[in-house]
Amino acid sequence: MTTTIEHAQAAPTPPWHRRAIERARRRGIDVRTLPTGAAGIILAVMLVYGEIAYGQVLQASTLSNLLINNAHFVILAVGLSFVILAGGIDLSVGAVIAVSSVAGVMLVGAGWPTPLAIAAMIGIGTAFGTASGVLVQHFGVQPFIATLAMMFLARGLASMLSTTPQRLPDDSSFRLLGEPWKLIDGPRVNDLMASAGLVVAVVVVVVAAIVLQRTRFGRTVYAIGGSESSAALMGLRVPRTKLAIYVISGTLAGVAAVVYTARLGTAQNITGMGWELTAIAAVVIGGTLLTGGYGYVVGSVIGALVLGLMTVLITRDGGVPPEMTTIITGGILFVFVMLQRAVVRRRR
Amino acid sequence: MTATTTRERLGALASTPLVWGLVAIVVLLAINSLRDPGYLGVELAESGRLTGNPIDILRTAAPLLMIALGMTLVVATGGIDLSVGSAMVIGGAVSMEMLQAGDGSVGSAMAALGMALLITAVLGAINGLLVAFVGLQPFITTLVTMLAGRGLAKVITEGQNTSASNEAFRWIANGTVLGAPVVFLIALAILVIVVVLVRTTALGMLIESIGIDPKASRMAGIDRRSLLVAVYVISGVLGGVAGVFATGSVMTVDVSNTGLLLELDAILAVVVGGTALTGGRFSLAGAAIGALLIATLDKTVVFLGVSSAATPAFKAVVIVALCLLQSATIRERLSRVRLRAPRREVTA
Repeated sequence: MTTTIEHAQAAPTPPWHRRAIERARRRGIDVRTLPTGAAGIILAVMLVYGEIAYGQVLQASTLSNLLINNAHFVILAVGLSFVILAGGIDLSVGAVIAVSSVAGVMLVGAGWPTPLAIAAMIGIGTAFGTASGVLVQHFGVQPFIATLAMMFLARGLASMLSTTPQRLPDDSSFRLLGEPWKLIDGPRVNDLMASAGLVVAVVVVVVAAIVLQRTRFGRTVYAIGGSESSAALMGLRVPRTKLAIYVISGTLAGVAAVVYTARLGTAQNITGMGWELTAIAAVVIGGTLLTGGYGYVVGSVIGALVLGLMTVLITRDGGVPPEMTTIITGGILFVFVMLQRAVVRRRR
Repeated sequence: MTATTTRERLGALASTPLVWGLVAIVVLLAINSLRDPGYLGVELAESGRLTGNPIDILRTAAPLLMIALGMTLVVATGGIDLSVGSAMVIGGAVSMEMLQAGDGSVGSAMAALGMALLITAVLGAINGLLVAFVGLQPFITTLVTMLAGRGLAKVITEGQNTSASNEAFRWIANGTVLGAPVVFLIALAILVIVVVLVRTTALGMLIESIGIDPKASRMAGIDRRSLLVAVYVISGVLGGVAGVFATGSVMTVDVSNTGLLLELDAILAVVVGGTALTGGRFSLAGAAIGALLIATLDKTVVFLGVSSAATPAFKAVVIVALCLLQSATIRERLSRVRLRAPRREVTA
């Protein structure tokens, strides 16, 4: 049968419909960027629609708030991209944010200097990531189960630390990280703003993009996602890389916890419930294949912003009952997956 | 000669995950008995119902047992069903709304039950159709229905936690037959029915074949698509049954918490029972043991006076312990110890 031959030919390009690939090639487009490009277009459409329907969307203050409020979520999605690109999954990130932020706020409350508390928070993330990675790499536990265990552990530890909301002291220098800066003082409240958290997110995105596209490590991540055994046969450092992606994802969850806590000023053991699934949704919306091997960090950023913008638009609309939000989130995810399939039809 | 065979037999036993699940249950019960020697006591109360901790455990295990059964079949096809928790809350919401509108008769209880199962079957069918005919990944598909499903439950009850009263419906969750809890008897009956259906016919083998190699099973003439739809429908309906169990005991549906994150417990039960998430060989008895283990663990944590919010941490410990015991690396080391053991006996 021809299926095996087609498989061999399709190996260097994504497993999408050949005609779609040819069409894209003729127009000089790299077919691998299509799903991410589609996500970008849809984000733009959402922005324009929001501006037309509700007004005051395409303006400096709304856009900078969108970025500032979703900075932690972008960081989380970038961390997950590493894992998903390599064909793994990390369910622990939401719970890691909970334990890291509760511990951090309690440490600051106990009189720890801010830099030390921040280092501890990121360290907690790294520790959980390392534990997941060791379970997956050295004990052959399935990623889903290993990170599920770490999710339970992190959530349980957060609840042991405290089950009540913990507040950062009002005069803590930790809060400065979340403080918005006015870059351009616009008319009335229409200011262009940024925050230290946003700067951290931008740095994370840029570094992650460079690492994934321009380094040996990044190429190994993609190779593992494409085919782990081929990557190993090619002599790539598969074990080390597989451990590293979970460490990266855990560490970035710790960083996201710092950014989120600084902005909010409080932390609770139930923080981040279900965020792992929303972050996975963001990565998928951004065009990354859940089976690994194809996708871009930029896509995950777009995915995170699409979900953030959706919340903004729902609030602006005002007529949408709150119980509809999860239906809309599910619907958007569904529409994106279907649209991506329409743009680049996967071969069965 | 006999010594080797016993050892071999022990070794074979030790490599069955199901046995480790049983061992874990026994250990937990032993811990509880150490704290309170009368822990395992079962008494026949004056009202003619059996009371005691073991009965409580069986009662709490029933909903989880239901969704773990459905999950096992889905996982065996190489899929995953994240929407079972949402199926639970939809089943609960539908039946509570129907009962509130009904007249409290047995007939209205039957109608509510029927409607709950019908709606959850539709939810399962949507999953199945999207996976089998549209070709979406099970993870994404059921993530969408999970998000949308909980929203749907909230829309059904208009965001309220609906309560109702109906003796016949309450009996399902709280009643007893010959002293034994009805809810567990029903769960047991469904377990037996599913096992008979799957194991005495070729159905189980066909499901396994889809999970092992979809292409080969298609070439062997297996109707993969219908089977997939059937499996997701079963999972949805069993989720509905679990929802009826869970809401029937308190006669209230908590739209934001009923069945929340229970899909993860179900997946855990399945994996503890020795079904690999990669699909193929599955064990329904193992999933039942897994569900009992999780119920025992939940009860133990509360019994030992730890905050129930911290339960996840103990779950994590159990998962990690079981995964490590099952991992090849650890087993290799253990078997080396076992080989050395008889020599030590001789010198002693």
